[in-house]
Formats: sequence, structure tokens, C-alpha cells
Amino acid sequence: MNATAASDALANPRPRKSGAGADRLFQWITAGSAWFVLILLAGTAASMAWGGRLAFQTFGWHFVTGRDWDVGAGKFGAFVPIYGTLVTSAIALIIAVPVSIGIALFLTDIAPRWSRGPIAIAIELLAAIPSIIYGMWGLFIFAPFMATHVEPWLTAHLGDKPFIGALFSGPPIGIGMLTAGIVLGIMVIPFISSVAREVFSAVPPALRESAVALGSTRWEILSRVTLPYTRSAIIGAVFLGLGRALGETMAVTFVLGNAHDLSASLLMPSNSIAAAIANEFTEADTDLYRSSLIALGFLLFVVTFIVLTIAKLLLLRINRQLGRTH
Amino acid sequence: MKKISLALPLVALVAACGSNSGGQQGGQGAAGVTGAGSTFVYPVLSAWAADYRKQGGADINYQSIGSGGGIAQVKAGTVDFGATDQPLASDDLAKSNLAQFPIVVGGIVPVVNVAGIPAGKLKLTGALLADIYAGKVKNWNDPAIVQLNPGVNLPGAAIAVVHRSDGSGTTFNFTHYLSQVSPTWKSGPGEGKTVNWAAGVGGKGNEGVAAYVKQLPNSLGYVEYAYVMQNKMAYALLQNSAGNFVAPSAAAFAAAAQTADWSHAQDFNLVMTNASGAQAYPIAASTFILLPKQPKDKAKSQSAIAFFKYALEKGTAQANKLDYVPLPGPLVQQIETYIGANIK
Repeated sequence: MNATAASDALANPRPRKSGAGADRLFQWITAGSAWFVLILLAGTAASMAWGGRLAFQTFGWHFVTGRDWDVGAGKFGAFVPIYGTLVTSAIALIIAVPVSIGIALFLTDIAPRWSRGPIAIAIELLAAIPSIIYGMWGLFIFAPFMATHVEPWLTAHLGDKPFIGALFSGPPIGIGMLTAGIVLGIMVIPFISSVAREVFSAVPPALRESAVALGSTRWEILSRVTLPYTRSAIIGAVFLGLGRALGETMAVTFVLGNAHDLSASLLMPSNSIAAAIANEFTEADTDLYRSSLIALGFLLFVVTFIVLTIAKLLLLRINRQLGRTH
Repeated sequence: MKKISLALPLVALVAACGSNSGGQQGGQGAAGVTGAGSTFVYPVLSAWAADYRKQGGADINYQSIGSGGGIAQVKAGTVDFGATDQPLASDDLAKSNLAQFPIVVGGIVPVVNVAGIPAGKLKLTGALLADIYAGKVKNWNDPAIVQLNPGVNLPGAAIAVVHRSDGSGTTFNFTHYLSQVSPTWKSGPGEGKTVNWAAGVGGKGNEGVAAYVKQLPNSLGYVEYAYVMQNKMAYALLQNSAGNFVAPSAAAFAAAAQTADWSHAQDFNLVMTNASGAQAYPIAASTFILLPKQPKDKAKSQSAIAFFKYALEKGTAQANKLDYVPLPGPLVQQIETYIGANIK
């Protein structure tokens, strides 16, 4: 009660003659800044849609569902890049989420106090590495390692199993959706783990201490106290990472293979929306080709928007079921 | 502390703006000639430009944005000249009122990365190369490859095929060659700056393909000759139309340039692949310069022509040093007559 009264007072301070004008000006500036982002976003989306109109008019829905990307014949379908983008991002999250939460938990609960600072700084430095460095590392060091050690093993042990076998078949060339997904996973770990670490350390000590007093193990504290308490912030962090993975260009271009082939196998090369645009834009010399690439950019907008909307709805539903909000 | 961190980016921004506008002024100065296009010709063109400036010539500002981009820019009139690895047809040139001539010759070379196979050991034919890129020949120990290479220890591994991911004049010349030697390739993927690849991974630019071939075991790719030399890659021998297996070399590209019938090619619209000489390399390629026939800025067009004359006549040593092949003497004369007749 006291807190709301205080914040009301902050929001509507007693008007003073000299300060009123400046205050209004400040309000306008902040409002303008906030609206500017929204206008910028809408403007970008609209101009991408406008640039891609030729592709959408020519192919209609087939632009989204078509698998052909035949420049010579002038046939463009975005299904392969969309599929490649979603699959690599999904692999990235499958790797990054558990590792990031593990890192955050270790740093807030388990690590000796003197080591927390240096490890946290090291992880945040990972986020500062330019993505092209990850791409070069992926191509020169990680892809040959995948080709000679990991992929032959996967094909030998999982390649003939029903259902999942199709995911791990094909020649071990080291470049493909699995390699790209793993590199992306490493790239998004610092984003998710640094947010997770901060929200974990914001959990009131009293809650954790109570759990310890009731005889909880570390796992029980994590799964019944820390994670439920920080759920919305953690989901937010995961989607921050997902947003980064969806749009990542350079690192993916290096290790994904840039081939417009649709393959069930994760070991085979594919393409992503961002990589296709980066690779092909300079040589797109027909109007339809250029328009198709801009339309691809618009679809990346749409994919990101849909994913974020699903995240928000998910969050809303969880919170409603629990009948509370954090 | 806060003040410093705020001020620093501002200083950088101001500095960036300053240098940026300075650069633009330099490019738009009276003597500055701008060009754009082919990435293949960029190393030799920039070396020529540096030599030319040292001798008191005009500033040549060349942006290697790719052949397609160069064609678009010179058609739009935003640059003084364009450079492309794929010659334009005469009617296309007439429509845009452009003149076209070759400037330098190079070659496109199949390179492999197979353990135990050094440069020049593996023999390939054009038809076999087409079958590999079409995904019909999948393994290194395929009978078709073994038959050509008795005594070479070929692994049972799959061939990791590498092609270009971006549109490219290199790809155009390579697929033009495959279309000539393989009817199934001609009716299938065909020729173009990008085609519908049936197999393989795509690298961006010559350097991207070179990097993929070096990194991927059991791979096969195609790159410009200069990249083979610089990266010391294992090239394969290629059978020419006379039936000889030839290694890529300046002499073999020159042999192809000499047997090509330039005098009957209108606007030099000629692709040199599958040339007929006994020692001719089968995938020789040239880069073409595009200049407007009625330039808006005559002074700039004249300084561009002076530069290309310098390059054709005096740039031969520099071209050789960078693993390109200068054009043969009679062709240079033919080009200079063509320029005099066509560009006002």
C-alpha cells in the first residue's frame, strides 16, 4: 500500500511553477523515444513487405511453401531457408537452455564465492566475440572435428534406428544443420546464462533458506523454488537467445553449407533466411530475384514475430493457471 | 568515467563522418574514375590502378561487388565502367548502349582434397565432372573415376561437392563448360551465374569455396586459378577437346585464348571454354569491361579508356605476376580499334 502511494507521488509530483514546463518536455521526449521504436519497427516491416511485393504477387502462398529456389528458371520458394532457420535455432536452444541454466545455478548457489566473479565475466565476454569469429572457428576447427569424429559415430550408432535414423544419415562432411545448430547454441549461451544468473540471484534468500530448512536437496530447491519463482524471466531470456539464433547470419553462413536442399538428415547442408540473403543479394540481378530476397527478409520478421507471440501467450497462460504474476 | 564512455563513441562517429565525406569527395573528383563488378579481376585491376597512379595517371576506384552488380551499376550510370565474367549479348549491349571488350584471361580449376592425392595426380573428364556435380557419381571409388586413374589410391568415401553459394561469373564459365561437354548437364541444370545444384554445399566467393575444399575431407570444388596458386591446392588434370589431360597454367590458358576465334565474335561476345588447341586448358575464362558508348562525362570515359590501354599494353608483367594471362597482341590491337570505333 505504502509502495503504491510512493510511486503515485513519484509519477505525479506536486506541480511547481518553474519545473512544470521542463517536466512536460521530459515527458514528451521519453514518449517520443518509445514511440520512435514502434514506428521504426512498423516502417521496416512495411518497407520489407513492399520490396517483396513482386515475389508475393508472383508466387502467392507458394513462396512460403515452395521448395524450389531456381534462379535460372526464375522460381523461388522460401520453404528450405525457413526450415533451415527453425531447425538450427531449435538445436541451438536444446543445447543452450540446459547448459545456461546449469551455469547460472552453479554461479549463484554452488560455486565458491571467490570464483563467481571471474567465471561470470568470462561468460559475458563470450557474448562480446564477433559472430564471424564463431563462424571461422566453426569452419576451421569444429567442422573437421564433426566430420572425422562425431558424425561417423552418429551415423554408425543412430543411423539405422527407426524414426531418428533419418536424422543422422548421409555422408559426414562436417557442415550442415547439426554443426550450425551447435555453433549457434554456443553463441546464445552467454545471453541466456547472464540473464538467468541475475534473476536467480534475485530470488529472496528467505525462500531458499526455508526450502533448506525443510530438508530440500539442491535439485528440489532448483525445481520447486528457484525455477518457479523466476519462470517468466527465464522464458524471456530463452526467447532473447532464440531471437539472436533466428537472425544470426555470418556464423551460420560459414557452417550451414548454403545449399537449397531439403533433407531430413541433420548432417546435410541446408540454408537459412539470413544466410541466403547475405550470400545472394549482391548478385541478384533480376527484379524478381531481388524482390524474393527482400520477401525472405520479411518472412524472417514474420517468423520472429510468431515465435515471440507464442512465447508471450505461453507465459500468459502459465501465469493465469497459477493465478498470479511476477 | 561515464563522461568518457559517452564521449568516445561520439568522437569515433565524428571521425567516421569526416573520413567518409572525404573519401566521397576523392571519388567524385574530376579525375577519379569509378568502376564496379567482377571479384575475379579485382586483384589485377587494383594492382594496375596503383601502378597507373604512380605514373601520374588518373585515380581508378574499383568496387568488386560481383559481375551482376557491375552490369546493373553501369547500366544505371552510377559508375563509369563495369566488369563482368559473363559477356553480354550484342542486343543487350545495344539496348543499354554499352561497348564491351575483354581485359584479362584466367582459368577455372577443379580442386580436390583427398588424402594421398597431390596436385596434378587425379585425372578428370568434363563429362565425369558434370556427373559428379549432378550427383550421379557419388563416391571416389566409382568405376568411372577408377578407370581414368589407374594406380591412384581412391578412397571409398562420398565426394563432398562444393559449389558457389552466390551468383558468380566463375560459376557461369564452369557450367558453360559442363553444358558443352555433357548433354545431360545441358538439359538439366544448364548454364548460368547460379544454377539449380543437385548436390553439395555452397561457399561464398572463390575464397569460400577454397576454404570449404581445404576443410572438408574428400571434397571437390572449382576455383579461379589464382586461388589454387595462393592456397597451394591440389588441382586435378582436365581432359581438353583434343583428348589431352592438361594442368592449369598460364601457358595452357594462353593456348586457349589463342585458339579462340575473337575476330568473328561480335562485341567480343565469346566464352572460351572447351577451346580446341592441343595444349589449351578447357575452362579458360576472360573478364570483360563494359563502357557506355555515349558517356555523360566524356573526360572520365577518356581517362578510363587511357587506363585500360595502359593495362592491355603495359600491364602484362603485373598480370603474369598475379597468375593472370595477358591478352595476345593481335587481340589487343583488335580491342583498340573497337574502342576507337565505338566509344564517342
